[in-house]
Amino acid sequence: MNPMWIDTLFFYFFALLVLGGGVATITCKSAVHSAISLIVSMVGVAGLFLLQHAEFLFAVQIVLYIGGVMVLFLFVIMLVNLDESMQMRQFNRQWLLAVAAVIAAGVQAVWLLSKPADLPAAVPQVPGGPGNVQRVADVLFSQYLLPFEIASVLLLAAVIGSVVMAKKRL
Amino acid sequence: MPANFVPPSGVEYIRVLPEIILAAVATLIMVLEPLTPAPRKRALGYLALAGFAGALAGAAAAGWRTGPAFSGMLEVDGFATFFRLLVILAGLLVTLVSFPYLRREEAESGEYYALLLYSVAGQTIMVSAADLIVLFIGLEISSIASYVLAGYMRREKLANEAAAKYFLLGSFATAFLLYGIALIYGATGTTRLNGIAQVLSDPRMAPAGILTGTAVALMLVGFAFKISAAPFQVWAPDVYQGAPSPVAAFLAAGPKAAAFAVLLRVFMTAFAPLTGRWLAIMWSLSLLTMIVGNFAALLQTNIKRLLAYSSIAHAGYVLVAVTAHSEEGVQAAMFYLTVYVFMNIGAFAVVAYFSRKGERYVEIEDLAGLGVRQPVLAALFAVILLSLIGVPPTAGFLGKFYIFQAAVKADLLWLTVLGLLNSAVAAYYYLRLIVIMYMKEPGDSLLELPGMAVSTRAALWTSAAAVVVLGLFPALIR
Amino acid sequence: MHPITTTHYLILSAALLAIGAVGVLIRRNIIIMLMSIELILNAVNINLIAFSRHYQDVIGQVFAIFVITVAVAEAAVGLGILIALFRNKATVQADEVEILKW
Repeated sequence: MNPMWIDTLFFYFFALLVLGGGVATITCKSAVHSAISLIVSMVGVAGLFLLQHAEFLFAVQIVLYIGGVMVLFLFVIMLVNLDESMQMRQFNRQWLLAVAAVIAAGVQAVWLLSKPADLPAAVPQVPGGPGNVQRVADVLFSQYLLPFEIASVLLLAAVIGSVVMAKKRL
Repeated sequence: MPANFVPPSGVEYIRVLPEIILAAVATLIMVLEPLTPAPRKRALGYLALAGFAGALAGAAAAGWRTGPAFSGMLEVDGFATFFRLLVILAGLLVTLVSFPYLRREEAESGEYYALLLYSVAGQTIMVSAADLIVLFIGLEISSIASYVLAGYMRREKLANEAAAKYFLLGSFATAFLLYGIALIYGATGTTRLNGIAQVLSDPRMAPAGILTGTAVALMLVGFAFKISAAPFQVWAPDVYQGAPSPVAAFLAAGPKAAAFAVLLRVFMTAFAPLTGRWLAIMWSLSLLTMIVGNFAALLQTNIKRLLAYSSIAHAGYVLVAVTAHSEEGVQAAMFYLTVYVFMNIGAFAVVAYFSRKGERYVEIEDLAGLGVRQPVLAALFAVILLSLIGVPPTAGFLGKFYIFQAAVKADLLWLTVLGLLNSAVAAYYYLRLIVIMYMKEPGDSLLELPGMAVSTRAALWTSAAAVVVLGLFPALIR
Repeated sequence: MHPITTTHYLILSAALLAIGAVGVLIRRNIIIMLMSIELILNAVNINLIAFSRHYQDVIGQVFAIFVITVAVAEAAVGLGILIALFRNKATVQADEVEILKW
């Protein structure tokens, strides 16, 4: 049983990674720097998963997201040589909407802070029982069998789609 | 094996028969694709056609054995069956229009048909989903296949740009929708539609909860994008213009009808306890959509853009039916969407045929003299345009009549009046097409106009006939 | 020190949502816009996991797996579209692209 303050400390550490990485992603001039900042942000998210006892998702986040998606991003950035576009203006003029989005999120955050009792009461944790992977698997392969199956259709469509878009001859 | 696992029974497989057929045929096409030499790719198209026909039969069989499937993830009821049949039929008609189009553009391939089938499979899943997770995955299948279909002519710059714009705005909207779903899960502890309704109608639940409110707003943004409601419509004209005409017909028919089905189901069941909160938003959304669609359409010179704005305007009319939030409103929306799918595919079939290789003739003026050179074709097109205006005895008239009747009964007098004024504005730009077709001297655009291929002709005749028949015998689907 | 509650996670997630939305709105580089959308999807997952812990059920985690699946599929298709665009236009700037001005 870890003391409360360690959890708190780790939460703020990972939150810093998530938000710092996020801000860097959208402000960096170079796409490669952005991608690396995004990886930092995603590592932070993975850490939060671990704090919340979602161990299986932690592994998925690292292997699939960081290992798969981000490498794909880096590949494409290298492929579509960005040297020239580096010289160009990197930001456009949708500042108004952007400010509105930040204000909306801010209002929501303040509201949440002022009356956090909006949620139904938390269910206390019961010690013991099967591990996280087993619990996820139990639900995924019984109740959520159909979404699991149709997710394969989604991936198949995505594979065919990206091949159609990227292959040289039609 | 999990302790509580009950294997699905046979009848549950029947209830997902259309999805199984669509996905299996699509996969079969991809397996046969490398084995088919280039001149014989058409055979894959026939296979797709057979797949759609089989799926129609499957959906009918599933509709005959209604009930939940796969631990309540799907709910195959009359509503779901209706929309399943509609989106599959749309896919079938679009395939017919695609045959001559793809041959003319020398772009026949199995991938096109496979993506079409997958997209329709996604839509049939959406319309029968009883759980937000399933609904969302179905929506994603439909969208991802549509993004690629929009950019299918990938040597055309316009098609690339259309795909890029559609993709970026589409996934942005999807992300908002997803955030909304996550919040609603947090606020209610469930993703089942009827479970959400149960929790939300609990008097102990704070009705103005910030979580619920934000969730509904974000989900509405996501849906509004998919049905191209203003102010989330900016993508539609550009995407329809850049996409191949048969794909534009598809985008305005299948995904849109399915998105409306989902909107109706979510807001009429899960969010029914909150009706007082979302009604005003829906009211303004429908009015804004009608106005933006109709007035922007007045300014267009490109037929595809004109039809895109017209499709936005029609989404506005259906939103009036949603705002009525009654059983009658749902019925009216279902009727209107059916009619709309036929009108829209018929109109785009004409564009697909008329535009010629590389879509060179897509200006309104290019239609000049069509009424003299191709009287039958022009007459069919005119019937469809009259139905789009809402002239009796076409089905377009009845559709509008039912919608505004439902609106009046729901005390939406102002919305009805403004909607009727809007349809009067709309008459102007549709009539302009008819006038140009019949009154103007033929120009260069009619030189070397080839005959219409049999399959396009079949799609056009079906659409025009459906518009007339449904106008005379609305009881067929009501 | 305050214990960390579900509300903390919700606020963090709202902040990440805002960052992602701002990124999509202000950047012109399509790849970075795509990354901003990934940020939003991660914000969704933070929410889902927090709720999953809150209710002590794993539906939120199962949902998060599907969200990741969708993110992967979207990234693959999006980058494919990007490559097709780049081959034709040699640009990945959103407003170099004529009809992409918004």
